[in-house]
Amino acid sequence: MRMTRLIGAALGRAMAGLTRKAAVAGLAIGLLGGALAPCAARADAADDVLAKFATDRFPDTEKGIQDLAASGLATGPAMLEALNGNQLYFDPASKAVYFTNAAGELIVARTGAKADGVAQARLKKVRMNNSVRGAMQAAQGALSLMSPDPAKRLSGAESVFKSRDPASLAAVETALKAEKDARIRRAFENALAAIVATDKSQDEIKRLEAMDVIKERGDQDAASLLSTIAAANDGRVKASAEEGARAIQSRLALWAHVQNVWYGLSLGSVLLLAAIGLAITFGVMGVINMAHGEMVMLGAYTTFVVQEWIRSHNPALFDYSLFIAIPLAFVITGFIGVIIERCIIRFLYGRPLETLLATFGLSLMLQQAVRSMFGANNREVGAPAFMSGAFDFGAISITSGRMWIIVFALAVFIGLLLLLRVTPFGLRMRAVTQNRRMASAMGVDTNRIDALAFGLGSGIAGIAGVALSQIDNVSPNLGQSYIIDSFMVVVFGGVGNLWGTLVAALSLGIANKFLEPIAGAVLGKILLLVFIILFIQKRPRGLFALKGRAVEA
Amino acid sequence: MLFSRRSMLRATSALAGGAFALTSFAALAADTIKVGVLHSLSGTMAISETTLKDVMLMLIEDQNKKGGVLGKKLEAVVVDPASNWPLFAEKARDLVAKEKVAAVFGCWTSSSRKSVLPVFEELNSILFYPVQYEGEESQRNVFYTGAAPNQQAIPAVDYLMSAEGGSVKRWVLAGTDYVYPRTTNKILEAYLKSKGVKAEDIMINYTPFGHSDWQTIVTDIKKFGSAGKKTAVVSTINGDANVPFYKELGNAGLKATDIPVVAFSVGEEELAGLDTKPLVGHLAAWNYFQSIDDASNKEFIEKWKAFTKNPKRVTNDPMEAHVIGFNMWIKALEKAGTTDTDAVIDALVGISVPNLTGGYSAMMPNHHITKPVLIGEIQADGQINTVWQTSGTVVAQEWSPYLEGSKDLIADWRKPLSCGNFNVKTGKCGGKS
Repeated sequence: MRMTRLIGAALGRAMAGLTRKAAVAGLAIGLLGGALAPCAARADAADDVLAKFATDRFPDTEKGIQDLAASGLATGPAMLEALNGNQLYFDPASKAVYFTNAAGELIVARTGAKADGVAQARLKKVRMNNSVRGAMQAAQGALSLMSPDPAKRLSGAESVFKSRDPASLAAVETALKAEKDARIRRAFENALAAIVATDKSQDEIKRLEAMDVIKERGDQDAASLLSTIAAANDGRVKASAEEGARAIQSRLALWAHVQNVWYGLSLGSVLLLAAIGLAITFGVMGVINMAHGEMVMLGAYTTFVVQEWIRSHNPALFDYSLFIAIPLAFVITGFIGVIIERCIIRFLYGRPLETLLATFGLSLMLQQAVRSMFGANNREVGAPAFMSGAFDFGAISITSGRMWIIVFALAVFIGLLLLLRVTPFGLRMRAVTQNRRMASAMGVDTNRIDALAFGLGSGIAGIAGVALSQIDNVSPNLGQSYIIDSFMVVVFGGVGNLWGTLVAALSLGIANKFLEPIAGAVLGKILLLVFIILFIQKRPRGLFALKGRAVEA
Repeated sequence: MLFSRRSMLRATSALAGGAFALTSFAALAADTIKVGVLHSLSGTMAISETTLKDVMLMLIEDQNKKGGVLGKKLEAVVVDPASNWPLFAEKARDLVAKEKVAAVFGCWTSSSRKSVLPVFEELNSILFYPVQYEGEESQRNVFYTGAAPNQQAIPAVDYLMSAEGGSVKRWVLAGTDYVYPRTTNKILEAYLKSKGVKAEDIMINYTPFGHSDWQTIVTDIKKFGSAGKKTAVVSTINGDANVPFYKELGNAGLKATDIPVVAFSVGEEELAGLDTKPLVGHLAAWNYFQSIDDASNKEFIEKWKAFTKNPKRVTNDPMEAHVIGFNMWIKALEKAGTTDTDAVIDALVGISVPNLTGGYSAMMPNHHITKPVLIGEIQADGQINTVWQTSGTVVAQEWSPYLEGSKDLIADWRKPLSCGNFNVKTGKCGGKS
C-alpha cells in the first residue's frame, strides 16, 4: 500500500526524496496503471477527484484535472483523452463519471469497466473552457512524455514548456534520461529549463542557468517566457531575463525581413496564380475578361465537389483530393471557357467595351448560378495532411500550405511557359495573336486556336481555384476578390508577356508585405495602387513591354 | 386546322380559370397584411442575408397556420436589394409605397440601414433590424432587435478580464475597416482605458474588406502576445475575411489556450464553411447560440430544419433576433388592434416576448430590446458552447457612455419626450453637443 501511494505521487508531485530509479518505475507503472493494479490508488483520493468532474463548474474541473495524475486513477490518461474529444460525461443525479473510449463504448471512470445499462442520454457532458483546456493539455503533456510515439513526446514537451507546471519536473527529468532522439531531448531540456527558471523556490544559480537554455532557444515563445519571468521577479533574475528577451527580440527583428520576403513570395504566388490565366485571355488574346474570377471560383467549387464525393465514398483518398481536383478543374473550366468563347466572345473581337460588358454580365450570371446550386454560404474545403501545419525555418515559422502554393504557382508558370514555347499548339497560338491573317494564310485554323486559347486561360484559372480553395473561403464571391488584383498584375507586368506577369506578381507581393507592417494593410494597398498608377503613366505598356510590329497590330 | 374543337375548349376554360384565380387572388390580397422582407439574395451579403429571408418566410407561414393576426392572413413580400446600398432605399420605397406593407424586416450592414432610414422616416413605416451593430443611433421608425455594443462587446471584454476568462492584460483590437468595427473599437478602447489598461497594451489593426492574406497580421499578434502578459484578440473582422483569418490562425498554431480570439461577427453560419478543429476554444460573443439547451430553442431548431428540409442547417443570432422582433410585432398588432403605423409604434414599446435562450426580451423605450449576453467557445463540430453568461438580461445603451459625443444622450420614444437623441445636460432634443 505504501509503495502504491508513492507510485501515485510519482506522476504529479515533485519528489525530492525519491531516487531517479524509483521515479522511472513509478512513472511507467502509473502510465500502465490499471492493467497491473486496478484498485491500487487510494480509494478516497480517486473519489474526491472524480467528484470534482461532476460539479459542472469550471474551476472544479480544472482542479480535478490537476489532481487526476496524483490520484493514480488507472483510467486517468483515458479520461483526459476522452475530455479532449468532448467525450467525458457525468450523471447529474449520482455524480458518477463516465467516458466513451475509442471504440465508442461507455466506460465507468471509477472502475474502468463497461457501463452496462446506463442511459447515455441522461448523462451530461463535462464542459470545458480555455483554462480547463490549458490544464488538460498540461496534464496530457506530462503523461505523454514517455509515449512510444515520438510526435506525442515532442508535443508533450511543448505543452510542458508552455504550462511550466513544477509538478511535471520529475516526469520531465525522467523522460529526459530515457530519451534518445536529439530533437526531442532538446525539447525536454527546454521544458525542464522553463520549469526551473519560473519556479521561485529553485536555487538562483540554477534558474540563471536554465534561462541561458531558454535564451538559446531564441524564438518568440522563449522571448515571451523571458518577459514573463522579468515581470514576476527582481534582482539578477529580472536583469538576466530582460536582457535575454531584448537579445531575442533584436535577433527576431533581423529575421523579420526574411519573413517579409517569404510572406511577400507567398502573397505574390497567390497573385500569380490568380493572374496567370488572365495573362492568356487578356494578356495574349486581348479579351477583357471580367468573368476570369468566376473561373477561379468554379475551380474552387470543383475541389469542394471532389472532396464531398471522397468523404462519402472513399475517405482514404482524402489526402489525394487535390490531385484529383486539379485535372478535373482544368477540364471543367477549360470546357466552359471554350463554350463562352464560341457563344459570346468570338462575336466581340476588337470591341473591348462590349466584351467588358458581356463578360461582366456573364460573371454575375455564373455567380448567381453557383449561388442557386450550392447556396450562398461558404463551403468547407479541407486541407490534406501535407498542407496542414507549420514548420520552423531559422526564427520564422513557415506554414506548409503556403509553401506548397508557392511551389504549385511556379510549376503552373513553368508548365504554361513550356506549353507556349515548345508545343505546336503554343506556336500556333502565338502566331494567331501576333498576326491573325498571316497565320490564317499559313493554314492555321484561327477560330479553333482562339477557342482553345480561351479554354486554356480559363482552365488555368480553374486550377488556380483549386489552390486558392486552400487559403480563401469557397463562396460564390471568391472570384470577385481576385479579379482586380489579377488585372493589376497583368497590366503592371506588361500585356502579352508571361515573364512580366511573374515578375509583377512577385514584386507586388513583396512590396505589399514590406509596406504592411509600416503603413497598415489598408494604407499599404492604397500606396501600392498609387504607385502602379504613376508607373503606368510613365510606362503605359508595363514592366516588360512587347516590342516590334506585333504591338501595333 | 391544327386545334381540334375540344382542345380549343379546354384552352379557353383554362384561360377563364386563370382569370378567375387572378381575381380571387386580388380579393384575397385585400384581406392580407403584407410583411416586407428586405434582405440581399444576391451579391456579397447574400451569404448572411438569405438565411434571414428564409426564417421570415417560416415565421409568416407559422403564424398563418395559427390563423394569422387580426383575423387576416399574413403575406410575405420578398425583394432582393442585391447587396447594393442605394438599391436598399429604392426597394424599401417600393415595399412601403407600392406594396403598402405593414412592416419591413430587413437589412444587415449598417450601410444598408443608413440608406433606408430616410425612406422609413419619410413614408412613416416600421423597420425591424436584426443584426448586432455599433449603436449611436435611435430612430422612431426602426426597432433594433440585434445587440448594441454594451450587449455584446463590453461583456465579452469583461469576461476575458475576469480570472475565469484568463485575466487578460493585453489587447489586440482587429477589425475590418468600416463603421461598425471603428466605432466598436473606439468604445472598447475608451472602456479598456477606464479599466486601467495602458495605451501600449492595446494594439489596433484594420484590414480592408475581404482581406485574404493574414500572415503578417497573425505574426504581429503572436509577437504582441509575447510580452509576458496574457493577451487576447477582440475581432470585429467581418464577413468573408474571417475564413482565411481563422485558417491562418490554425496553420500558425496559435491556440485558444495561448491567445484567445473573441469574435463579434462569427456565428454558426460562418463556421459552417470551416474546419473548426484547430479553432477549438476560440470565443464568440452573442445573445443566442444554437447549442442553447432550452425547450423553445430545440423546438425552433426542429421547425427550421423541417422548413428548410435540410437536417444540417444551422441557426444563429440574427435569426433569433428576427424571431423576437416578429413575435413582438404580432403582439403589438394585437394590442393596437390595427396595422396603423403610429399606433403600432406606440404599442411596441413595453412588449415582452420569450426569447430562445429561456428568458424574456422586452422592447425598451429606446427601441432596442433587452438581451442576455452569452460567451461561447467554438467546438470541433462547428457549434458554440456557452461558457459564461450575464445573470439577467442587459438593457441596450444605444448611445455609448464611453464616447465623448454621445455620453450625455438618451433615447426615449414615449410621449411626451419622443426623442431619439435627448441631451440630458442641455435638456434639448437633437443635440450632439
